[in-house]
Amino acid sequence: MQPSEPILRLRDVHVHFPIKGGVFKRTKDHVRAVDGVDLDVYKGEVLGLVGESGCGKTTLGKAILQLVRATGGSVTYHGDAGETELTTLDDAGLFPFRKRLQIVFQDPHSSLNPAYTIFGSLEDPLRHYGVRSRAERRKIVGDLLEAVNMRREAMDRYPHEFSGGQRQRIGIARALSIEPELIVCDEAVSALDVSIQAQVLQLLMDLKREKQLTYVFITHDLSVTEYLCDRIAVMYLGRIVELCDAEELFANTLHPYTEALLSAIPVADLDRKSERIVLEGDVPSPVNPPSGCPFHPRCRYAQDVCRTDVPALRPYRTAAGGEHLAACHLIDQPPAD
Amino acid sequence: MSDVPLNPGDAVRSPPRPRTRRDAQFDRIRDREAARQGTKLRGGRFLSKFLNNRLAVVGLVIFASIILLSLAAPLIAQHDPKSPNLRAMLDPPSAEHWFGTDRTGRDIFARVLYGGRVSILVGLGSALLSALIGVVIGVYSGYVGGWLDWVAMRISEIFMSFPQIILVLLLVAILGQSLLNLIVIFTLTGWGGIYRMARARMLSIREEEYVQALRSFGLGPARIAYKHMLPNALGPIMVNITLSTAAFILQEAGLSFLGLGVPMSVPTWGNILNAAQDLRLLENAWWVWLPVGATISLFVLSVNFIGDGLRDATDPSQQG
Repeated sequence: MQPSEPILRLRDVHVHFPIKGGVFKRTKDHVRAVDGVDLDVYKGEVLGLVGESGCGKTTLGKAILQLVRATGGSVTYHGDAGETELTTLDDAGLFPFRKRLQIVFQDPHSSLNPAYTIFGSLEDPLRHYGVRSRAERRKIVGDLLEAVNMRREAMDRYPHEFSGGQRQRIGIARALSIEPELIVCDEAVSALDVSIQAQVLQLLMDLKREKQLTYVFITHDLSVTEYLCDRIAVMYLGRIVELCDAEELFANTLHPYTEALLSAIPVADLDRKSERIVLEGDVPSPVNPPSGCPFHPRCRYAQDVCRTDVPALRPYRTAAGGEHLAACHLIDQPPAD
Repeated sequence: MSDVPLNPGDAVRSPPRPRTRRDAQFDRIRDREAARQGTKLRGGRFLSKFLNNRLAVVGLVIFASIILLSLAAPLIAQHDPKSPNLRAMLDPPSAEHWFGTDRTGRDIFARVLYGGRVSILVGLGSALLSALIGVVIGVYSGYVGGWLDWVAMRISEIFMSFPQIILVLLLVAILGQSLLNLIVIFTLTGWGGIYRMARARMLSIREEEYVQALRSFGLGPARIAYKHMLPNALGPIMVNITLSTAAFILQEAGLSFLGLGVPMSVPTWGNILNAAQDLRLLENAWWVWLPVGATISLFVLSVNFIGDGLRDATDPSQQG
């Protein structure tokens, strides 16, 4: 897919959480959950954001929606009215942009309010966005439920009466309710079993086509991204280490971390002897990231330069003439810049 | 083999099977669901669930009858609860004195009826008032956090760090001795507990994803906290209200005994019980303490049942 105009532009985004301790609750240190991310999201694409647990994917997703405020860098929204910097806006200023950006959560069991019926949960945002009459809100909620292949009558039921897959679809319906342009899917299918996953993914793709949506698809499941995404960004320890078209990533992996991730995908082919690259140890602590390349303690190619210098995310030419960004010192082709 | 239909389509052509009682039951369920479809479900469902809970209904009946009896005390009691009768001291229950008489010959039945007025007002009133204050502050500050939460927390700590009796002495000295002051005092000393409980619940609910979702819609904090989160925090708050009702009824007795609550001559359940704190009475005159003790227990129990019923009725995952 040829990138069109960007809808969202992230520049050098940092999200650091303070660690407080000691007698006077002084800030002792910071968890660098997101540590300098540059990323463009183009209109109408599906951007995959993959990485291990704790690499900052979810925090980045929440920073896009301003649920977590970035401590540095900029998040600009590119709409009809030009560019808007979101990180400096207060709640009132953000209000018009809340309508454009929405999120679907991971855990279908905590993403719906158990005390309210589905209608009760979904109607309040609608009222907030100016749908005054109750009859109209009921109609909209009913239509939304039908859009996610559920019965209208489901709106008068409570969350505990639904299965995980149904709840996830209701979560999608809620995200759609104010007609956003971009939806962040935060591990939206990870908690579902495989057959339901396929169903929900299919639904997401159908909705995307119908409503011209853009997705930022956060996941740790590479096989899902292969099926779904136009571009994939691989994150490691709060940084993006590789970013390119999905096909390119699977065909021509540049970063050793991505290589290890890909080798972990099970392949249903008895003849193929795949070499499994097992990464030693855990993700290093984001409080105290390693010097140089954040991946070097676990990288099997690591050399001296990796221990001292932080590799920049640099573009490389792909065979098809596209751009392939990777952050590694040891790539043996010259960067395109 | 041939009489078994091979696929579901064949079954349609087989003669209709006779209707059974179960079919009729299913029809009724279907009708009921259809009837419920268009109606406003929430209020009706809440009420029907509450009324289906037998214990809650029993509690409601006891609760209502105790309150009605206390309100109608002048119509029911044939004796003045305050006038002593020296010719009938410590009489056991009889047709004349249903619950007997106390040491100064006052009719205990009348005292229990009249006593209910003060005790229920103080107990339930202070419990509800302190719950109101505690919940209003705790829910908001627990959700919003920051300096507001810090300030609220310090204030509650100040109130809770004084021994209650000192606060009471202080307030009685300033405000004087009266029923209203008693309620004020209990509310001031009691809101901290419920505040902390409500705040703690909010801290854990705050991390739920549906709260994040509401925030991503840009809903205001008051709306999220009171409308969407509070219903999920109600369970423990209800239980706390019922428990503190009982505690306040007994505390009122203690304070009255010290001369800090209502005057000893005014009948309250606590005063009656206090008057029976005497080994001789405990052993020989059971009618002085048993009826009023049973009434307090019954009342507290009924509040408890109602609280339970309310909690279950507001929890949609409990079938009703």
